[in-house]
Amino acid sequence: MFNKTVAELSALLKAKKASSVELTQGFLDRISKNRDLNAFISLDPERSLAQARAADERLAKGQAGPLTGIPIAQKDIFCADGWLTTCGSKMLSNFVAPYDATVIERFNVAGAVCLGKTNMDEFAMGSSNETSFYGPVKNPWDTQAVPGGSSGGSAAAVAARLAPAATGTDTGGSIRQPAALTGITGIKPSYGRVSRYGMIAFASSLDQGGPMTRSAEDAALLLNSMCGFDPRDSTSVDQPVPDFTASLNNSIKGLRIGLPKEYLGAGLSADVAKAVEAAIDEYKKLGAEVVEVSLPNSQLAIPCYYVLAPAEASSNLARFDGVRYGHRAPEYKDLTDMYCKTRAQGFGAEVKRRILIGTYVLSAGYYDAYYLQAQRLRRLITDDFNRAFEKCDVIMGPTTPTTAFNLGAKTDDPVAMYLSDIYTISVNLAGLPGMSIPAGFGTDQRPVGLQLIGKYFDEARLLNTAHQYQQATDWHKQTPKGFV
Amino acid sequence: MSFDRKDVIKIAHLARLDITEAEVAATTESLSRILGLIEQMNAVDTKAVAPMAHPQDAALRLRDDRVTEPDQRDKFQKIAPATEAGLYLVPKVIE
Repeated sequence: MFNKTVAELSALLKAKKASSVELTQGFLDRISKNRDLNAFISLDPERSLAQARAADERLAKGQAGPLTGIPIAQKDIFCADGWLTTCGSKMLSNFVAPYDATVIERFNVAGAVCLGKTNMDEFAMGSSNETSFYGPVKNPWDTQAVPGGSSGGSAAAVAARLAPAATGTDTGGSIRQPAALTGITGIKPSYGRVSRYGMIAFASSLDQGGPMTRSAEDAALLLNSMCGFDPRDSTSVDQPVPDFTASLNNSIKGLRIGLPKEYLGAGLSADVAKAVEAAIDEYKKLGAEVVEVSLPNSQLAIPCYYVLAPAEASSNLARFDGVRYGHRAPEYKDLTDMYCKTRAQGFGAEVKRRILIGTYVLSAGYYDAYYLQAQRLRRLITDDFNRAFEKCDVIMGPTTPTTAFNLGAKTDDPVAMYLSDIYTISVNLAGLPGMSIPAGFGTDQRPVGLQLIGKYFDEARLLNTAHQYQQATDWHKQTPKGFV
Repeated sequence: MSFDRKDVIKIAHLARLDITEAEVAATTESLSRILGLIEQMNAVDTKAVAPMAHPQDAALRLRDDRVTEPDQRDKFQKIAPATEAGLYLVPKVIE
């Protein structure tokens, strides 16, 4: 049961060969047997099982959709009514959300079961899940290794088969990078596709939610439920949402794959390069054509991102002041002192660093030099993609420069940690859809991810392209030892 | 440029973050390194480039000016650190 995809579990439920209560209880038992991974922050079995029972009634009445009764792990960044929602922070360690995020509401309408809330880097700021107030998550492929971040708990849960599917959010790579490092499939949709309402904000012009799954087909199933216009999110786009499963089986003969030369040069480790080249060869066998493209401003993406994201974060995180919800310092002299102590106690080191950088780049006298310059570079980076897409349909390359690094390897050096997102960040700056799928293993036997980048709102083509690869290969079916 | 301890103390106050003497040195060092990374941006001449705030250059939508939210004050205030008579309590600001 644990090794089945969402699509397979859905068929079992419809055929009455399993009940949602059985599935939910089975995964809850598996989660409690594997607490060492630290993939979950909170579980609420009673609540999950109540949803499962309701789903079973719906299934019995023949009113089920594809996700009815499917247990899904939710990243702890999504507010879910009645659930502790911490965002990986001490600041929200007592916050029981009083409402549902649109994503949660949509899963509820579909009849999915919330299996629990997954661990994550604090306020989604991190690339290794080591900034979480709740401690790091271990990578199921090698418990010495990080699972990536910030959606590290969701990635580890899906990789270790503790959940059939999970949600993540991606501001600079936080779905794709952990998906790559744990050997699963993850897609960050185009900016504006998935509502940000009730998804705790980090950098509002970059944040985007998406599914983390075992296969492209499952990602399509989840995305069908997650996407759609939402008047409650002012940046939600009013674009028609296709049935993402409808085009999965289309042939990719003649598909033009763009390989950016900047993604395959210095800084890329040899074993990752080899796996990516092998994946491209597989695509050639499937009838795709390969063209070289150039993204000349790629190296500017990280400096640009580390102005824009902290600037937006410093403004978004100003709301955590100890007045209306969350942590409040037990002792203080006056109002300002209450703010300063509450925030100093509630936030961890990385979040503080980013708030400070953001406050600095937005402060008087520096705004033009940093913030406006970064916004100008953002346009140059976006223009690069638009030019590249004149020559190709999909861009491919590595998701990360190396396989998963060891726990503790980069915690003392924030800049080294930031550089692990070098291939993912520019996609957020441009607002394009991006995906990571398993494409083999490095010399250390840790997973390698292949990144697929699409044109605006072309998620259907990304999913189709990924699905065709997964029909021809079995990297996505590999299970870490000890979790079979 | 890089940060000195005075800058860090000033920014921390602007951000309403208490910072201990012990934290100032380490923070000054790590922020200076991040700033070094950020300043790679200066290598590019962008005079002719318009700043980009939104991936699709979209403008924010306006909505009709009408009440759409129900009153959930009690529910929302249940999770507040301190309330009284439907109000949020904070330390006295005006004597």
